[in-house]
Amino acid sequence: MNEPAIRLDKVSMRFNLNRERVDNIKEYFIKFMRHQLHYNEFWALRDVSFTVQKGERLGVMGLNGAGKSTLLKVIAGVMKPTHGIMEINGNIAPLIELGAGFDMNYSGGENIYLYGATLGFSRKQIKEIWKEIVDFSGLKDFIDVPVKNYSSGMRARLGFAIACMVEPDILILDEVLSVGDAPFKKKSEAKIMELFDRGVTVIFVSHSMEQVEKLCNKAILLEKGQVVASGYTDSVCEEYKRRMQEQKK
Amino acid sequence: MGKLSLRFQWNNFMKYRFLLKEIVRKNVRLQYRESVLGMVWTLLQPLLFTLVLSFVFSILFNRSDVGGVPFLLYLMCGRLLFSFFTDSTKRAMRSVRQNAGIIKKVYVPRYIYPMGNVLSTFVTFLLSLIVLVGFIIYYDVCKGFTFGLHLRVLYAIVPIVILFVFSMGVGLLLASISVFFKDTDFIYDVLCNLLFYLSPIIYSPDDVMKGRASADLLLKILRLNPLYGIIQMFRNVVFYSPGLMETVKENGKNVLSEVAVMPFFYSERQLLYTAGLAVVVMALGAFVFYKQQDKFILHL
Repeated sequence: MNEPAIRLDKVSMRFNLNRERVDNIKEYFIKFMRHQLHYNEFWALRDVSFTVQKGERLGVMGLNGAGKSTLLKVIAGVMKPTHGIMEINGNIAPLIELGAGFDMNYSGGENIYLYGATLGFSRKQIKEIWKEIVDFSGLKDFIDVPVKNYSSGMRARLGFAIACMVEPDILILDEVLSVGDAPFKKKSEAKIMELFDRGVTVIFVSHSMEQVEKLCNKAILLEKGQVVASGYTDSVCEEYKRRMQEQKK
Repeated sequence: MGKLSLRFQWNNFMKYRFLLKEIVRKNVRLQYRESVLGMVWTLLQPLLFTLVLSFVFSILFNRSDVGGVPFLLYLMCGRLLFSFFTDSTKRAMRSVRQNAGIIKKVYVPRYIYPMGNVLSTFVTFLLSLIVLVGFIIYYDVCKGFTFGLHLRVLYAIVPIVILFVFSMGVGLLLASISVFFKDTDFIYDVLCNLLFYLSPIIYSPDDVMKGRASADLLLKILRLNPLYGIIQMFRNVVFYSPGLMETVKENGKNVLSEVAVMPFFYSERQLLYTAGLAVVVMALGAFVFYKQQDKFILHL
């Protein structure tokens, strides 16, 4: 089990913040001619390095604007870092904003295939677990209904069921453990625990120290885009508390 | 993930080819899902559109045929190809923004979306060719034709492939530009309108050239439009019969003469120009898309 699932080496992410949004050609052209295209540089991540071994569960903590979401996006492969090297071994399934990949006019059952393919699985692979997904989501009676007629809870349940059932190697959690009603919440927690037992690698982002302490065995603390503490969960949480105390003073 | 190596790109494509298939499947299925007639519209829509145009021109402008080809058929050929081009490129253009929700959350090769949209439009286009085949049989255009039908079909594939490659290139190009500038949508709509009149769909180039002093220059300009060549090539394959005429330059004068390109249906120059341009545009589209794709997320 000593193979890294995720390895980041001095990953930095720079954004050019436009002072004003320029999104049409006329404005762009005028500003370009007047040399008014100024950008404010903003480093959302600076030299972030860490390694997550397979089966480890990493909590990412930090205040708002510390760079947590950016880090997740970089790990998910959605954003390309400005500098640095990133290595990912395995299939990633994000449990972020469940149901973002659904087509509203497509039925729930068809969306399972579509979302599965979005996560990189073939129709054949999905077919094998299709029934499981439907059963888990508890949407059997609505599976032929277009997703646009689903409630947001139903959508989230279906999204959760797909992301968990495809058994990803790496799971990205963004404080979405509370999906659906109480019984489904219980079921989904049980499923996540089951995935943990099977040795799925987890990246969990949260403000909440209790949640991180409950779920993760390793943690990093981000501040202004830099890793200020990393290691076992309890020591990082200690550091987080200490820093919060300091800020209050 | 941004490795340039072709091997990496290929493996990545192979991993996500299922997504490409799912998108094509979805687009084709959803297009007419909530309509009563469903997939019949794939055939009915081009038919009705052609009937409208044909009504306008044959009744209002008193046009019955173009060089012996029934006007309805002449129209249909051009319109089918042209609407494949505009539909696919417009869909590809919007696809990246439409799928912003996914692109911002999950890693997927971004080109899958424009590609999937061009492909799904291509599938409906191929289906709609059935209408054309029906009309060809009805009007018995192939009468007096010495080649076997299979050979004609083979020749018809060439302009279709060229059109497909060209549309894909334009689609990728538009998709990458429209992420940054939403104006692209509106400008492109207007451009498509212009392109419609610059392509020989509702007219035959011969009409325009007839009795015109500067016909030479005009023809040259019209031929710059790759759709011009593609449509002409396709139509020649479908309709070629010994009587078909084309304007040819002879001793400095434009004269009507029989198309003398047998057995190739199209001139080498036309073929080389359109195919070459399609490849160049495709390469350009792929290059621009590849270079810009990492910035998409900042603008979606």
